[in-house]
Amino acid sequence: MLDTVLDTRPDPTAALLAPDALPDARLGHLQRLEAESIHIMREVAAQFHNPVMLYSVGKDSAVLLHLAMKAFHPSKPPFPLLHVDTTWKFREMIAFRDRMAADLGVELIVHINQDGVRQGIGPFSHGSAVHTDVMKTQALKQALDRHGFDAAFGGARRDEEKSRAKERIFSFRTASHRWEPKNQRPELWNLYNGRIHKGESIRVFPLSNWTELDIWQYIHQEAIPVVPLYFAKPRPVVERDGALIMVDDDRLPLKPGETPEIAWVRFRTLGCYPLTGAVRSTAATLPEIIREMLLATSSERQGRVIDQDAAASMEAKKQEGYF
Amino acid sequence: MLKDLDPAATTDAAPAPAGIASAEAATEVQEYLARQNSKDLLRFITCGSVDDGKSTLIGRLLYDCKCLFEDQLASLETDSTRFGTTGAGQLDLALLVDGLAAEREQGITIDVAYRFFTTDRRKFIVADTPGHEQYTRNMVTGASTADAAVLLVDARKGVLTQTRRHSTIVSLLGVRHVVLAVNKMDAVGWDRETFERIAADYRVFAQRIGIAEVTCIPVSALTGDNVTKPSQSMGWYGGPTLLGHLESVDAAAQETLGSFRMAVQWVNRPNQDFRGFAGTVVGGAVRVGDAVAILPGGRTTRVARIVTLDGDLELAVPGRAVTLVLADEVDASRGDMIVAADGRPEVADQFAAHVVWMDEQPLLPGRSYLLRAGTATVGAQVTELKHAVNVNTQEHVAAKHLDLNDVGFCNLALDRPIPFDAYADSRDTGSFILIDRLTNATAGCGMIRFPLRRASNIHRHASKLDKAARAGGLQKPAVLWFTGLSGSGKSSVADRLEQELHRLGRRTMILDGDNVRHGLNRDLGFTDEDRVENIRRVAEVAKLMVEAGLIVLVSFISPFREERRMARSLVEDGEFLEIFMDTPLAVCEARDPKGLYKKARAGQLPHFTGIDSAYEPPEAPEITLHGAERTADEMVAQMVEELRRRGVI
Repeated sequence: MLDTVLDTRPDPTAALLAPDALPDARLGHLQRLEAESIHIMREVAAQFHNPVMLYSVGKDSAVLLHLAMKAFHPSKPPFPLLHVDTTWKFREMIAFRDRMAADLGVELIVHINQDGVRQGIGPFSHGSAVHTDVMKTQALKQALDRHGFDAAFGGARRDEEKSRAKERIFSFRTASHRWEPKNQRPELWNLYNGRIHKGESIRVFPLSNWTELDIWQYIHQEAIPVVPLYFAKPRPVVERDGALIMVDDDRLPLKPGETPEIAWVRFRTLGCYPLTGAVRSTAATLPEIIREMLLATSSERQGRVIDQDAAASMEAKKQEGYF
Repeated sequence: MLKDLDPAATTDAAPAPAGIASAEAATEVQEYLARQNSKDLLRFITCGSVDDGKSTLIGRLLYDCKCLFEDQLASLETDSTRFGTTGAGQLDLALLVDGLAAEREQGITIDVAYRFFTTDRRKFIVADTPGHEQYTRNMVTGASTADAAVLLVDARKGVLTQTRRHSTIVSLLGVRHVVLAVNKMDAVGWDRETFERIAADYRVFAQRIGIAEVTCIPVSALTGDNVTKPSQSMGWYGGPTLLGHLESVDAAAQETLGSFRMAVQWVNRPNQDFRGFAGTVVGGAVRVGDAVAILPGGRTTRVARIVTLDGDLELAVPGRAVTLVLADEVDASRGDMIVAADGRPEVADQFAAHVVWMDEQPLLPGRSYLLRAGTATVGAQVTELKHAVNVNTQEHVAAKHLDLNDVGFCNLALDRPIPFDAYADSRDTGSFILIDRLTNATAGCGMIRFPLRRASNIHRHASKLDKAARAGGLQKPAVLWFTGLSGSGKSSVADRLEQELHRLGRRTMILDGDNVRHGLNRDLGFTDEDRVENIRRVAEVAKLMVEAGLIVLVSFISPFREERRMARSLVEDGEFLEIFMDTPLAVCEARDPKGLYKKARAGQLPHFTGIDSAYEPPEAPEITLHGAERTADEMVAQMVEELRRRGVI
């Protein structure tokens, strides 16, 4: 399975969809999005001293990394990747992450909040809100501060969630990493203002104008490798509060009477395994995933347990410094 | 989205082994994706006054185009009960787009929200922009990238001030397609005359402000009439629905320019054998072998390669992000523009432009800002504010400054020449933003109208003697800039210091605020604009005197950091010493040598620094004098010692 997914041979269907097969006169929809994202990445490389690319190992990160390889070719991207590891990610994500960094020859920084590890913070012992705050938001801020990054790329898209729909492409953060949604810098044309004082930073979202369908379409067209968890196969899961949680390791405490069931499932988004619900599916190839998505009746964030904690919870988390 | 595929193929619940469905899915999806990729994209904004129903309209478009998922609908139902304004049991579609907590609580739109939807014919990105006047800058943000604008008016209210303001911005920002959606037709009994009166009113206004073509459509976002489906209640209307119209307007960026341009973003140098210039192609296509010029320098060469990760291209069309390799070893860096050698833009350091001001701090002519155009960043000031534009009537009104959300027509002067086109010919190369040097805020944006040629006819005369020669080895010329409150002791210390320097055989000159205001600056008052101009002139005079080899003692309140920074920037490093007379306001007021504080407190002297006009103390002055704790002689001695230490004397 891993091998077929990671196979980067050109997809025979890709030729039909490849950019250069189109007539000269106009750029296709995906080419336009691609060019806009590349423009944004180059602005960051030119305007900042010490940028970093947040790499969450998911499909959006995969596209982000692919675009970065394109933007700076024949150079390597002039910034490292940063993965904030909560220690509860799917094992396949970690393996995939290390393999990608090695294959592409890019620098990878992995940051774990050691304070949180010492306190034994986890989603089961402390709940998803505390776990996410300590191991994700606080960890991210630690990493940004430790390395003195003045700009950080994220893979967020405006179609994901309501407060994301409001965010600028260059999104200003105070020295304490806060987002001020009511006082964002105007952002005109493609003139991005990256000027900041010492300690302040900018979060940059090159995929702002992409939709979930665009992402999958582009992955298909460009034959971009993604984590195998996106593809359906029989996996051990338990059903909790309507979500299918995968038993990825023996840290998942089984409740009395609970037995993992082997079911055909896949994931639409990836995060910490205890907080990420799977969907029942047999879609094992990219075309099948795309077809399934076109027929879907729920949005991708539904599988994320953390977004449903409170109304406007994403906005609140983002103000605190969450990506 | 459902209609594009046959749901029967996948609704079979029995888990089939992977691979069986795969072949047919591949074909089906491939066809689907080919259709998707050939669709073009229209970006449009919606704007209008508060409560005109913009958010509801977008919610309606998303809802009717089946772009909502079940979980989104479920949370919409919850939210409608909690925040909704449409009554029990009704979905409040506006809640789909008002994403910030404050927006949902207040029921208003504060910032632009971007939404995405697709129909059989086209993909759309819609920017929902705020109606409140205080958030106009956020509307400008949305308009700058839009191909079309949907202006909403409430059928019960007709065209309001906000509609006119938004129309002016839409016109200034060059949005080509304008739709007037007369909303809430259900609330006026679907009345034809109401619609036609509002449409006629608006057409007259639109024509006056230079909007060539307007399409007027009667709609009800609440009921969906004429939004995506023709209205049963308005049989008298024979035009297209709003969505039908948006599907048919020409979305292609109308490039009137026709000539290739590429602002250099980043120089790509992986090793000594490769030197590429990264940027986005605009204006016209570029081919391998094309003759190009590098501006503002003007060197010409040819395109040797167009490099991408997917292989070299023969040709790159506008919109494409590429890396160019040039035939000759030419120097180009970020801020330069590579252009077609036979179709060049203007290159100038002065131009006229419309400016929309977006900062709480007013735009002051003479103040120095950073200007970003393409990838170039230069110092810039407004040299002349020709007029402000009354956005309701388009009348030109005299103005000395621009406040938040004001629109003005100005002349600007830059530190150095940059390449540009008129905004009417190219959004990409005719636009700029202004950045506040202290706060880094994006304070304004501009659309270039035409270059000004005056600078090119005035050539600098290079002199054979320099300032060191003129100083005759007596001293290092310098500006001693005394700043502080009125009555802080600036003038008396400067005066005594000059006497002391004279006794030591040094050549000096003193520029005193009060004295200069009797002559050179007698036409200036005490408003913020005039204070900026006052300092600009004095700084220029001080610079000439430094050229003359003198030690210049400038004694001016000079309350604004930005102007002192500007004065510093006119002379070389080390030639400007900022001396802060740090005497507390209470002490100055108690001294009140000219009786000015008394007058100011009595309200007879408006704009008096320290009383009703701000004083911004220096952040890093070279010398601080504590006027309340030291005698004048002590301070003079401190100064002399400091000047010796710095090698001025």
